[in-house]
Amino acid sequence: MSHEQSHPHHIVPLKIYLAVGAALLILTAVTVAVSFIDLGGLNIVVALAVAAVKASLVILFFMHLKYDNKLYMIIFLVAIVFLAIFITFTMFDTLDRGVINPEMDLHINPRAKIYQNMPMDTAAVSSDTLPPPASGH
Amino acid sequence: MSHADSHAAHPKHLAHHFSDSVQQAESAKLGMWIFLLTEILLFGGLFCAYAVFRAWNHEMFYSAHKFLDVTLGSINTVVLITSSVTMALSIHAMQLGKKKQTLILLAITLLLAAVFLVVKYFEYSHKFHLGQLPGKYYTFTGVPGDNPHIFFSVYFAMTGLHGIHVLGGMGAIIWMMLRTAKNNFSPEYYTPLELTGLYWHLVDLIWIFLFPLLYLIG
Repeated sequence: MSHEQSHPHHIVPLKIYLAVGAALLILTAVTVAVSFIDLGGLNIVVALAVAAVKASLVILFFMHLKYDNKLYMIIFLVAIVFLAIFITFTMFDTLDRGVINPEMDLHINPRAKIYQNMPMDTAAVSSDTLPPPASGH
Repeated sequence: MSHADSHAAHPKHLAHHFSDSVQQAESAKLGMWIFLLTEILLFGGLFCAYAVFRAWNHEMFYSAHKFLDVTLGSINTVVLITSSVTMALSIHAMQLGKKKQTLILLAITLLLAAVFLVVKYFEYSHKFHLGQLPGKYYTFTGVPGDNPHIFFSVYFAMTGLHGIHVLGGMGAIIWMMLRTAKNNFSPEYYTPLELTGLYWHLVDLIWIFLFPLLYLIG
């Protein structure tokens, strides 16, 4: 082992940490300011875009993924890809329930006031959210 | 080679089953990143629940989020980002062998983490007082729309799990301060400090998404 190989630590210059910190604080101010402007459906898009830029700065510089072994970057991206699959496919299901099979909508009706004015244990068997029980069963 | 000879040949921090310090440090970081992957997926379940409930209760989420304090949320965001900077700088100081500076920067990071939790405590106790609690414990009547308790269930689950991670991070930072004080680390070896930094930055990362999703809904 040569001397260089046993001391591989990449020292990121101090000014990079300070610049990234300043950028993160400025982006925080931007995201708060934008939230007070009504952009309709675009508000969530802008908020998540700013958050993604901030997250990238933290990951690349504070967590050293820009300088470290690329294997760590792959592990991180695998987590993000599977998280995206998880959320997207769950949304395919939950957003379209009852569209193909209307009676399936009854059990997961998001408007069901299951907690209102009734104790928890009887809420689940409220008569207007469930079909009548099958007779002779 | 005898056991004594092999000890003489390698630095004190190098464990026997690694061929050199580089391999040891890279292995430790690989393990840490796999752990961080499981952390992302752990919070991922809650982010998914957030997405589903927000899509189902669009207007209610908007009305309910008005009861979160944007000022306190913003202060906590600044506090956590600053603590991430001081954490990164503490590792930078150790890379240059400045032990005292490392200790001071870790202490500032710890202090900022405590400030974050104190602000969170005031936010939580205000909501407890108003009855803005999860599920069946919800008694507040001021939010228009159906089932506002769902928003507060999601809020407490997400910020609560994040708060537990802040506490865990504080424990790790204290441990690193003790090890730094005991001269366990040097510019050649500071892997545990680096792993604690990775963990702390992940806690910051999660908050970077929680803040706009909970406090800044359109």
